[in-house]
Amino acid sequence: MKLDAKIPSGPLPQKWDKHKFDIKLVNPANKRKFDVLVVGTGLAGASAAASLAELGYNVKCFCYQDSPRRAHSIAAQGGINAAKNYRNDGDSVFRLFYDTIKGGDFRAREANVHRLAQVSVNIIDQCVAQGVPFAREYGGLLDNRSFGGAQVSRTFYARGQTGQQLLLGAYQALSRQIGLGMVKMYPRTEMLDLVVIDGQAKGIVVRDLVSGQISSFAGDAVVLATGGYGNVFFLSTNAKGCNATAIWRAYKRGAAFANPCYTQIHPTCIPVSGDHQSKLTLMSESLRNDGRVWVPKRKEDCGKEPGSIPEDGRDYYLERKYPSFGNLAPRDISSRAAKEVCDEGRGVGPTKLGVYLDFSDSIKRLGEDKIRERYGNLFEMYERITGENAYQTPMRIFPAVHYTMGGLWVDYNLMSTIPGLFVLGEANFSDHGANRLGASALMQGLADGYFVLPYTIGNYLAGTRPVKQPTSHAEFKRVETEVTERTKRLLAIQGKRTVLSLHRELGKLLWDKCGMARNEAGLKDALQRIPQLREEFWKNVIITGEAGSVNQALEYAGRVGDFMELAELLCTDALMRRESCGGHFRTEFQTEDGEAKRDDENFSFVGAWEYQGADKPPLLHKEPLVYEEVHMSTRSYK
Amino acid sequence: MNLTLKVWRQKDANSPGRFETYEARDVIADMSFLEMLDVVNEELIAAGKEPIMFDSDCREGICGTCSLVINGIPHGGHRGTTVCQLHMRHFQDGQTITVEPWRARPFPVIRDLIVDRKAFDRIIQAGGFISVNTGGTPDGNAIPVSKQISDKAMDAAACIGCGACVAACKNASAMLFVSAKVTHLNLLPQGKAEKDRRVARMVSTMDEAGFGNCTVTGSCAAVCPKEIPLDMIAKMNRDYALAIFKGE
Repeated sequence: MKLDAKIPSGPLPQKWDKHKFDIKLVNPANKRKFDVLVVGTGLAGASAAASLAELGYNVKCFCYQDSPRRAHSIAAQGGINAAKNYRNDGDSVFRLFYDTIKGGDFRAREANVHRLAQVSVNIIDQCVAQGVPFAREYGGLLDNRSFGGAQVSRTFYARGQTGQQLLLGAYQALSRQIGLGMVKMYPRTEMLDLVVIDGQAKGIVVRDLVSGQISSFAGDAVVLATGGYGNVFFLSTNAKGCNATAIWRAYKRGAAFANPCYTQIHPTCIPVSGDHQSKLTLMSESLRNDGRVWVPKRKEDCGKEPGSIPEDGRDYYLERKYPSFGNLAPRDISSRAAKEVCDEGRGVGPTKLGVYLDFSDSIKRLGEDKIRERYGNLFEMYERITGENAYQTPMRIFPAVHYTMGGLWVDYNLMSTIPGLFVLGEANFSDHGANRLGASALMQGLADGYFVLPYTIGNYLAGTRPVKQPTSHAEFKRVETEVTERTKRLLAIQGKRTVLSLHRELGKLLWDKCGMARNEAGLKDALQRIPQLREEFWKNVIITGEAGSVNQALEYAGRVGDFMELAELLCTDALMRRESCGGHFRTEFQTEDGEAKRDDENFSFVGAWEYQGADKPPLLHKEPLVYEEVHMSTRSYK
Repeated sequence: MNLTLKVWRQKDANSPGRFETYEARDVIADMSFLEMLDVVNEELIAAGKEPIMFDSDCREGICGTCSLVINGIPHGGHRGTTVCQLHMRHFQDGQTITVEPWRARPFPVIRDLIVDRKAFDRIIQAGGFISVNTGGTPDGNAIPVSKQISDKAMDAAACIGCGACVAACKNASAMLFVSAKVTHLNLLPQGKAEKDRRVARMVSTMDEAGFGNCTVTGSCAAVCPKEIPLDMIAKMNRDYALAIFKGE
């Protein structure tokens, strides 16, 4: 395997325009001869499926949910970044590009990030035209808010439901194409494997989640937009159904998996309340615009009512440590700072794993009505979950797994190491380096789907002939048999432990050993215990019901079976990367004041892993990161 | 606390269903309703029995997947709350709780508490969009929208498409769902060009799918987890009358 990022030549700001002119086109009359399979209907998948259909391709689109409108992009609250400079506060394409590279701790590919910043402005125009009800000012123009890791106001938002509104925009564009017959939609259908024929991605094998039937679909290209793998940690802010099966199967068929250890722990989530907890709920980072984060200065005060602790007894630790960014320090830094104060024994709440997010100053300054207008739905959500009124008492928050920057390796065209297999959105690794800034996931998902893939897929398809292998081809049948056998094997185990109990154990192990802080001893321990747990899973899991009908326990088992393998790669990558950068914090590599210490000399590369078979360790390939425009510096938010 | 659950079990759309009784023991107030069901399911699976099947995904009240009727009320009857955000602190020790799927002819049961809501998708496919292709759109600030209109459009766009409105209605009418999308798009300047065609096509698809008529009892708005107000229906009726008058 050789990694060729295919970055166009020429000066950075002109690369994308030049590339768009240089790449091959597919004649409009020929487009309808090509079948494209799109898996996943979040921002990236829905926007790609709609845009490709508008161009004239034949699209088949798949999602595990009952409707394409439900993908987890819908849960994004805060907003979407774009370099519009509507505020006249000094924003520009270059500044958004630079902030993203710096926020990613200089571990992202320069050319991809610059393109992302360039097309960000088109995304806003597109969404407005679709009728996305972005927040407006009284003059009728678009409003903005600030987000972590930036000193300009460039985030567009729709109350606390920006992800929902952007996803509904993409879903409506997709629905229009379904209505026109250009897209055939397959809801409640889960991709369980990829079919590669003569080295090219030619189709997928799926399970119909209602009938249980396993079947194949052939296509000239396969697009995976299946999201991230945060649920490998069991507790995360992801939806219950989010899983890594599609990308993991593609990895095992030859697609390189890049930077799996880059996971984002979000600083503002509602703390865990007990063992029954099924998922964690995020409170938008936008709250940090008006909320101040603190813990008591003295351990003894931690059990007291927050209101009874005087101003000089409080430690506003983010403002103290990072005066210029304060409460808007990037996510990785804020999360680690929260962990630090809790490790010191100054955490609050029943579990002592929590910090305060306090709105009393903003309420005094702006009035409760203004705060209600900005964040009302978030305060309601907090009250529903915790039973507490955050207008009167500070919220309690704690970091939780939220996003995975790692994913399948893709080149500048978003194509993986398997020709014909494209990967978009959170499922790829491309734009966020070692840490993603707030309001950038929505931007990347839509950039990939609306404005990048529709160009770059043509370049690939123009070089192939639209001759589909029929699904009766031997390779389809072989993969179908493998998938069916795996399902049978799972159902035959009939052991003693439920999938959930095994998943929870895996998640706890990963969170302890490969969560906010990692070290060599812990990772080595995890790498010993994960294979044991996997063996336990394959020997002792119990799955009721049958393969030929709705069977949620079986669906879940298949996903957790893949997490059991992915967890090992995650720890292997974390052990390999002997430096700290962004969300990957190795305790052995830190500065005197506890900040991440990068090692640019030895680790300025993308680590892409190649599957070598079940009994062999994966093989590491390195894509060097070359910075032409930016100077790699130590990230400082002080 | 300990609870008794009477849960609807049904093998598939063609088999008859029935209530089964389960005991939920040591329920904690901080659990969500679905987490309580997860615990019951864990016990069922460990005993080799098939778990209670229900739909859920985001579990933070925004994806619209969860769809349970609790004690006769879709989503359980707490203002502005989906069932995944309904917490057990609202129930009492010893209580008996009935759990059923959405019941409406256009939403056939797939299994236990899972129903098929594809009819909603077909209504959106008929006209619940603005016909713009990717690219070539004007600058976002080229189309000013007054804050008042924009806020009203956002109120309507907040619908999560869960179908509780249909489940609550004695006629299984989908008017609140359809009117929310019509209002969102018809109010905005971007959506005006195809306003008449949109409402006519969405309403006729709604009728073809078998949803019943609206008699404005307001049960839909009462259970809506996003509190979509009833006046959306009035707005849609006006737009529909105009569209028919213009010959759509």
